[in-house]
Amino acid sequence: MYTWIWRHLPGNAAAKTLAALVLVLAVAALLLFVVFPEVEPLLPFTNVTVDQ
Amino acid sequence: MSTAVDVENPPSPTPRAAEPRRAGDVVRTVIRGIGQTLITFGLVALLFVVYELYVTDFLSARDQDRLSEQIEQQWADAPTVEAPAPEPVPAPTEGAPAPAPQPAPETIDVGLGEPFAKLYIPRLGEDYNRVIVEGTAQVQLEQGPGHYLGTAMPGQQGNFAVAGHRVGRGSPFLDLDRMRPGDAIVVETELNWYVYRVLGDPATGDFGTDPSGIPGQQIVRPEDVSVIAPTPGGAAATDAYLTLTTCHPKYSAAQRLIIHARLDGSPVSKASAPDGPPALNG
Repeated sequence: MYTWIWRHLPGNAAAKTLAALVLVLAVAALLLFVVFPEVEPLLPFTNVTVDQ
Repeated sequence: MSTAVDVENPPSPTPRAAEPRRAGDVVRTVIRGIGQTLITFGLVALLFVVYELYVTDFLSARDQDRLSEQIEQQWADAPTVEAPAPEPVPAPTEGAPAPAPQPAPETIDVGLGEPFAKLYIPRLGEDYNRVIVEGTAQVQLEQGPGHYLGTAMPGQQGNFAVAGHRVGRGSPFLDLDRMRPGDAIVVETELNWYVYRVLGDPATGDFGTDPSGIPGQQIVRPEDVSVIAPTPGGAAATDAYLTLTTCHPKYSAAQRLIIHARLDGSPVSKASAPDGPPALNG
């Protein structure tokens, strides 16, 4: 999967590294600020109330 | 016909793609793909831990700042509560001394999700304070401690019950297990300060010595709603209690850690003590 992405990035090795870094940061930001807040209520260890 | 090789256009090598892929190649690619996928999942899981520990704290701190501004603004503006006149002194019975008139606690009427009080717990930090919002749904609790709907308001007879996250989202109740008998929990509302003290014997550190039988700290199952009843344990209101609930152990929701406290003394009006009662600094 990653070699496929690497091969299809444009530019020389330096440009590819930069592009790869940007991609990683973009995916991380997407996960941290969009995906995880959505998924979080579904996890069990966020329950702190007593209820039936 | 020249048989010399044309040096400017060397013959292209035989296309390897035309060869059928051997089974070994396919297996290798699949294994490599599985390996990369597993590593990716691992990294995502690690990233989630980072999220829980840092990002939610950041988001919650932002929410608390906003709520703090909102509530200070609210209190500076038109009052949303009434300040009832102090209760009349009841007639002494059989020569017993008449109790001094106490300012009755204010009635607070607040909408779901709205902030209405601030919680100060000196044991958890000199500057520890959190704005309490009404309601205990996820969307309220992720901003800070939430007040169980239908339970008493600060200072009122009954049980002022508040839930808060243990880990993440600002971790308001992370160190709740450090509370000891006699510790002050101060609640600030628009008009008054209310000082509650954790039940138990401060001298020995024993939580179970209160005459009411209610322990200052207990671990219960998540279904045990009697801890937020008007009198903790399930009876009707008999006194003014405060109950804090969070999850237990720290990173699990298997049980709940409960702290019970009782109102200590009468409400201190903010007019007479703008910086808080002595318990806040002691």
